[in-house]
Amino acid sequence: MAREQHDYDDIPGTFVFDAERSREGYGINMFCMSLMKDENRKAFKANEAEYLKKFRLTPEQTEAVLKRDYNRMLELGGNIYFTAKLGATDGHSFQHLAAVMTGSTQQDYADMMLKGGRSVDGNRSRAGKSAPAKFLSGRAAKAKSAAKSKAKSKAKSKPKSAKRK
Amino acid sequence: MARIIAGVGSSHVPAIGAALDNGKTEEPYWKRVFSGFEKSQEWMRETKPDLAIIVYNDHASAFSVDLIPTFALGCAAEFPPADEGWGPRPVPVVKGHPALASHIAQSVILDEFDLTICNKMEVDHGMTVPMNLLFGKVDKNGHWPCPVIPLAVNVVMYPPPTGHRCYMLGRAIKKAVESYPDDLRVVIFGTGGLSHQISGPRAGLINSKWDKAFLDNLSKDPQKLVKIPHIDYMREAGAEGIEMVMWLIMRGALDDKVDEVYRFYTVPASNTAVGHIILENRAKSGKAAGRRRPAAGRLKRAAARMKVERIRS
Repeated sequence: MAREQHDYDDIPGTFVFDAERSREGYGINMFCMSLMKDENRKAFKANEAEYLKKFRLTPEQTEAVLKRDYNRMLELGGNIYFTAKLGATDGHSFQHLAAVMTGSTQQDYADMMLKGGRSVDGNRSRAGKSAPAKFLSGRAAKAKSAAKSKAKSKAKSKPKSAKRK
Repeated sequence: MARIIAGVGSSHVPAIGAALDNGKTEEPYWKRVFSGFEKSQEWMRETKPDLAIIVYNDHASAFSVDLIPTFALGCAAEFPPADEGWGPRPVPVVKGHPALASHIAQSVILDEFDLTICNKMEVDHGMTVPMNLLFGKVDKNGHWPCPVIPLAVNVVMYPPPTGHRCYMLGRAIKKAVESYPDDLRVVIFGTGGLSHQISGPRAGLINSKWDKAFLDNLSKDPQKLVKIPHIDYMREAGAEGIEMVMWLIMRGALDDKVDEVYRFYTVPASNTAVGHIILENRAKSGKAAGRRRPAAGRLKRAAARMKVERIRS
């Protein structure tokens, strides 16, 4: 069955961990959860493919885990708080994973964060919605209050043009 | 009668806990973050609440994907720190307040908020990092300054509860606290956020403009925040930025009009914009303390404004 379409599918570079992915990714996430125990980490490291068989992953999911394709894991139902445990098992910091997922070097990623992070401008929408959310458009709020004050000034019977002079 | 006297909003970035546990607080990168909470710790020492209600989320520690409760209230006598893969954080076991917690559960469930009751629960950095930021470092064998009632919210699996639902739950918690007979002064924490995305190719997203507007409205016009749809949080503040709905439970538990006594904002801590705010309910008129408060509030606000770190654009 094809994935249901949602408004948030329009957000670029983002795999929202929704109820459908949660269902599909149960195996991946429970596998990652098992890595909280040292004995399991050792068993996994000793024979990864064999260890994964316990978790009923699909062939695509198994491949994504073995290849450490973190974006693919998210797409197939993994959740970042869980997949991060796999990263930790490999001895990687979180910023290393972030760099892998964003296709940059760890240094470049760290520099980007120090400079204030990735801008939302140009990163809002696949379909090209570039206007900020309504809540942020201070203009609308200002226009509203301007309209209010205009209404007030009207009540005082001041002509509109007088204000503009 | 118990009452909620103030609300605290704070990020709960795990790396902050790691920096604290590994003695990195004096490094310039981390000093920038920790120094923003010095005034808050002073405020907390002066305020001396009898109890804290802490709204937070679990990060695949106490809850896997076996159980995903939307709202889970900790009613246990104590909450051990969870092993998040590196051993439990070296912080004391968190003492609960089962009597008030079960009172809250009974009250809010009858107010139609169908909570999950947790009589056994471990707590992760989502709760213990804000505790450290506000209470300071506490030795593993020491004691936190007050008992805590944890309220874990699902913000990991979409959809989390709506902002409106969170706000209304806050309202119901306020009512529940105020119907508890013992005189307890309660501080409520909303944690998580602010803008951040840690998953996928768009990881690293920060939106300081959003964060500032969120903090401004949190103090002055929370009704505006209550209406924000989930898609806006995720698009503007990052897939994981949706955690910010938890701050609305805190805000809902406060009075309509509050005094913002402190604010701090800095980018980044690890992958996240760190936001922090302290909001006080205005003391009831007629009390001597009530008359003194507004002036103190103004002074504190002025100090807070100076502390707010300018965000690099």
